[in-house]
Amino acid sequence: MLRGLGKLTWIEIKIFMREPLGAIGTIVVPVLVFVLVGRAITSKAQTPSMSNFARVGLPVMASILIVISAVLSLVTIISIYREGGILKRLRATPLRPQTILSAHVLVKLLLTAASLLLMFLAGKRYIPPGVHPPIVSFAVALVISTWSILSIGFVIASIVPTARFAQPVGAVVLYPMVGLSGLFAPIASFPPAFRMLARLSPMNYAVSLLQGIWVGDPWSAHLADVAMLIVFFLLFTALSAKIFRWE
Amino acid sequence: MRPVIQVSGLRKSYGRTVAVADATFEVNEGEIFGLIGPNGAGKTTTMECIEGLRKPDRGSIAVLALDPFRDVYKLQNRIGVQLQQAQLQKRIKVWEAVDLWASLYKKKSVDGDRLLDQLGLTDKRNAWFMNLSGGQKQRLFIALALINDPEVVFLDELTTGLDPQSRHAIWDLVRGIRERGKTVFLTTHLMEEAERLCDRVAIMEHGRIIDIDTPANLVLRHCPERTVVIEVSDPAAAEPFNLIPRVERVERNGSQFTIYGRGDLVTEVIHFLSENRVRVTDFRAILPNLEDVFLKLTGRSIRE
Repeated sequence: MLRGLGKLTWIEIKIFMREPLGAIGTIVVPVLVFVLVGRAITSKAQTPSMSNFARVGLPVMASILIVISAVLSLVTIISIYREGGILKRLRATPLRPQTILSAHVLVKLLLTAASLLLMFLAGKRYIPPGVHPPIVSFAVALVISTWSILSIGFVIASIVPTARFAQPVGAVVLYPMVGLSGLFAPIASFPPAFRMLARLSPMNYAVSLLQGIWVGDPWSAHLADVAMLIVFFLLFTALSAKIFRWE
Repeated sequence: MRPVIQVSGLRKSYGRTVAVADATFEVNEGEIFGLIGPNGAGKTTTMECIEGLRKPDRGSIAVLALDPFRDVYKLQNRIGVQLQQAQLQKRIKVWEAVDLWASLYKKKSVDGDRLLDQLGLTDKRNAWFMNLSGGQKQRLFIALALINDPEVVFLDELTTGLDPQSRHAIWDLVRGIRERGKTVFLTTHLMEEAERLCDRVAIMEHGRIIDIDTPANLVLRHCPERTVVIEVSDPAAAEPFNLIPRVERVERNGSQFTIYGRGDLVTEVIHFLSENRVRVTDFRAILPNLEDVFLKLTGRSIRE
């Protein structure tokens, strides 16, 4: 059933690493943001709001950047593969369609985890003293969030006409979702229409989950977030299964 | 001979465009069968329906007694496919592609390294796909199509865009596939390719099969006209050319004679020349080919 998944995933990881710009953009940028902003904040006099941002805001923002990088990279790769006939070529083998797409999801999840690890290693000293984030739980939360939001990536990849539009269309869909996610301002402070919109976006639940887990909330406090992320995953996966084009 | 592919009443349209209107033919075991016709005739659509990549609107297809659409995974284990204008991941290495493909099939695959060797790709084992030449890419695609030791091999416009040298090398490879007892089903819009390579061809135009036969029979049936141009040192000796069997008309231009006729004209002329010890300074036979057959059948050139 999933014959070839391991090998295809491994090959896709190697191919990804062979394209230095793509790999740097996807992995290094979120880490750099974390380190540079972290250094800027800690070098300034500590105001209460600043330290709150350093404590929770910054790591969650950087993590969301990791998610977005992964989704944009997925959209780009899938549309390039479709345009070049690579998807069609793979489909003309006993590889199942779901195996081909699962390999790409796996690659992105592994990269997400790797980016996060790199962020912790590179930015350890910018995590304020006294903050002990549950790293494993946070990584799990990030992987769940990425997984859910990647399903939007497949919907975007289904509708972009050519590879050239993949990145811009992806950005136009994803960045407003970040703006409405409650990352920069509490959702309660939004006008009602925007509050509605925010509730319809998985980013909102991802941010809530990540913020909570970072400050040490138990998982039981965020079951609703996880449930919503799963619902979005199922919804968008079903949608992309309907509209996905292989060529 | 047992038919390995049976297509009957195939129809496939995209929206309002009818790609294949009506196609019926059989491909026999062990032959190289060519589907020929101009671009847009419906060749690729027909082939992709047979490969199980597209669902026909109407008609029935059996490949190795399987329904290609319903039994697509079973079928894909037993066939090898090369797609038109396909690409692989830009930075996948040659050996990685072969290794991946080899892992996908249920039955034991052939030795990938030996295959690369046979296709002259051994020194490109570690090259990225994007750095291969057009001919090398096509040879890699042939390797991937053969990796599972398939019973039927599908080749879609295999040599399009290749230089003549690579083209001839690839033709030899395809003949090699047949010699291993496989059936080859190919499409091409190159009449020379069809003539040199195929045991039988089906001519397709506007989504319909117009005729099916061996290239030689098609030429014989549709373009029986033959022309021989000879130059003789002694024009007087050429006077009785009209009496040669199969000759219809002779034109003279100085010492050059153009003899028009049908069927075995060339043999008859040679026979006459040697019987009568006519000294010939130049001899040219103009034989029609598949290209002429196509022109005759469709009223237009395949290159248009």
